[in-house]
Amino acid sequence: MSATPVLALRGVSKRFGAVQALTDVDLEIHTGEVVALVGDNGAGKSTLVKTISGVHPIDDGTIEWEGRPVRIGRPHDAQNLGVATVYQDLALCDNLDVVANLFLGSELKSASVLDEIKMEKRARELLDTLSIRIPSVRIPVAALSGGQRQVVAIARALVGDPKVVILDEPTAALGVEQTAQVLDLVERLRERGHGVILISHNMADVKAVADRVAVLRLGRNNGTFSVADTTNEEIIAAITGATDNAVTRRKARTATAPKEGAK
Amino acid sequence: MSDLAKTPTSTDSDTPAPAAPVPAVDPRLLVREEGLAGYWTEFKRKMRGGELGSLPVVIGLIVIAVVFQLKNDHFLDASSLANIAVFTSGLGIMAVGIVFVLLLGEIDLSVGSVAGMGAAVWAVLSVTHGLNDWLAVVLAVLTGLVIGAVHGAFFAKIGVPAFVVTLAGFLGWSGLQIWLMGGEGSINTPEGSVVEDLTGHFFADKAAAYGLAAVAILAYAASLLLDSKRRKAPRCPRAVSAIVLRTAVVPSRGRRRVRPERARGARGLPLALVLFLAVLVIADFVARRTTFGRQVFAVGGNAEAARRAGINVDRVRITVFAISGMLAAFGGLFIASLSGGATKSLGGGNTLMMVIAAAVIGGTSLFGGRGKVWSALLGMLVIQSIQQGLNLLGMASEIQYMITGAVLLAAVVIDSVSRRTQKSAGRA
Ligand SMILES: Nc1ncnc2c1ncn2[C@@H]1O[C@H](COP(=O)(O)OP(=O)(O)O)[C@@H](O)[C@H]1O
Ligand SMILES: [Mg+2]
Repeated sequence: MSATPVLALRGVSKRFGAVQALTDVDLEIHTGEVVALVGDNGAGKSTLVKTISGVHPIDDGTIEWEGRPVRIGRPHDAQNLGVATVYQDLALCDNLDVVANLFLGSELKSASVLDEIKMEKRARELLDTLSIRIPSVRIPVAALSGGQRQVVAIARALVGDPKVVILDEPTAALGVEQTAQVLDLVERLRERGHGVILISHNMADVKAVADRVAVLRLGRNNGTFSVADTTNEEIIAAITGATDNAVTRRKARTATAPKEGAK
Repeated sequence: MSDLAKTPTSTDSDTPAPAAPVPAVDPRLLVREEGLAGYWTEFKRKMRGGELGSLPVVIGLIVIAVVFQLKNDHFLDASSLANIAVFTSGLGIMAVGIVFVLLLGEIDLSVGSVAGMGAAVWAVLSVTHGLNDWLAVVLAVLTGLVIGAVHGAFFAKIGVPAFVVTLAGFLGWSGLQIWLMGGEGSINTPEGSVVEDLTGHFFADKAAAYGLAAVAILAYAASLLLDSKRRKAPRCPRAVSAIVLRTAVVPSRGRRRVRPERARGARGLPLALVLFLAVLVIADFVARRTTFGRQVFAVGGNAEAARRAGINVDRVRITVFAISGMLAAFGGLFIASLSGGATKSLGGGNTLMMVIAAAVIGGTSLFGGRGKVWSALLGMLVIQSIQQGLNLLGMASEIQYMITGAVLLAAVVIDSVSRRTQKSAGRA
């Protein structure tokens, strides 16, 4: 792991009208590291992702790229730096086919004419290695199932060679098999020295692939944990903001119930 | 693309191998079959999914042709067809601009007034002020381009709905047009001017007409062959039989319009048609083969997704409205040419409605992101064929309006229903 983080957020704030979505948030991602970003619904995870990818420019604070402060004012800026994002809402164009979606914004051209054949070939290669089953790369994305759309969105992030890949709840719509494939992919990204931010509600997934867990609560940092020496309970306590929460109470109930039943 | 894609999934040695290997080819995958059978299965799949495309309008055209030919056997005469072609051109060129705007999911209500402005600018510069005719034509078209860009800027940068901006333009520019035309109210096209030739010139020579058709067909076949060569390397070949079919379809499509062998008594191949086809070919190329065209479809499909993909959405929008304005002014010159000059009211009346109706009848969706440049031609052919046919039958113009209105309604119904079918087939 390198000393300077490839991407660092320092004191980032973001407000939407009356909603203070992010307050003074810090986050660091190093190359070859998977950082899980967790938090309850509405904690500001997606907003944080969008500030990094230029969808919502930050109001306050600084973003540093490889140690230098940078301004990310629009999605183009983030792409130029080498940030690829899989959005929670996928951000696909339903009317365009799979190939067109994969290469949207970075079309392959020969003599300034779209090179459909090269794009189709690369798209097949990319989807093949992700073991994605899609009826045809030439049908509109609207015709795909939720899981297939999700995988197309993930494949999209791998076109071009990003340094940081952000995945906002990438496995929410996926089955068992595809979830495992996405987790494999995250590990491969780490092996190749990419920085990865993974947002997930699934503690098992987080534990399986993440190196560190950053917790957001009500738009603020609420601790960063090393996965190796943190229990699920500690993370959940940070997410809910209390050691006495619905999860621990339920756990206590279910832990005692079988014992009583055994008596 | 990252080299990531080329590495196989790393599997830990201690994880058990999957029970059954995943079959290499999923039986449910759609396979692109080769040759004619491939086209047929693809066609059936699209019909079931509600992707009707140009089919309804092509059927409509055939019905129109058959009905009118039965009623009056001069309908398919060369002179009648040449008439249709000439009347189709000006409005058709304007409709091409509207297709781009509709692809964006927007509307441009100003094209009629901008057409009037274009004609007025040309007439005032060339006739009143004696400017070089060609220069006046270029300036008129540029005027349309600038007007369109202004509409686009108000829409994209300030966020005023395109409907309202172009409605304001519709009123404002026709006011300016009337002011430009001054007291007289009309300026006649002088003898031998460029604008007169737009719809007045015909290629009488049969050899020229045949030659033009042959060049077009050969160019089309060559481009397909080139494509198929390059498709050999990846796994997406296109069978030679398909190329033959496609090439055969082109002349048969064109025959209704060109048909030099039936040119007895007619004046030959109209220049207006050649220009219209040139605009169509260029616009179709831009829409389907360039990054800009791809961006137009993307913004029309999901503007936010397009923005997040790094597309400059504002620039795309402004450019599309500029194209619409430019083609409107160009089309205005055709109308001036047909009507013998620029007038106060040129581009008024139902010009706007005909142009929008043509794009929609031709199969371009009002809901954005779906459509073809060629729908401008198909839709305009439908409208003009109906008019020409009813004229031949001596029917009054009020009937023409009602029938065109009904056809437009039918087209929109087909668009909406096919959208719903696509939704239930999971495609919209
Ligand atoms: N575009 C927006 N406009 C207004 N408020 C927003 C917008 N995006 C997010 N918010 C608000 O910001 C807060 C954080 O939302 P989000 O980042 O989506 O949470 P998470 O992804 O952690 O579930 C929520 O209160 C949400 O309502
Ligand atoms: Mg979210």
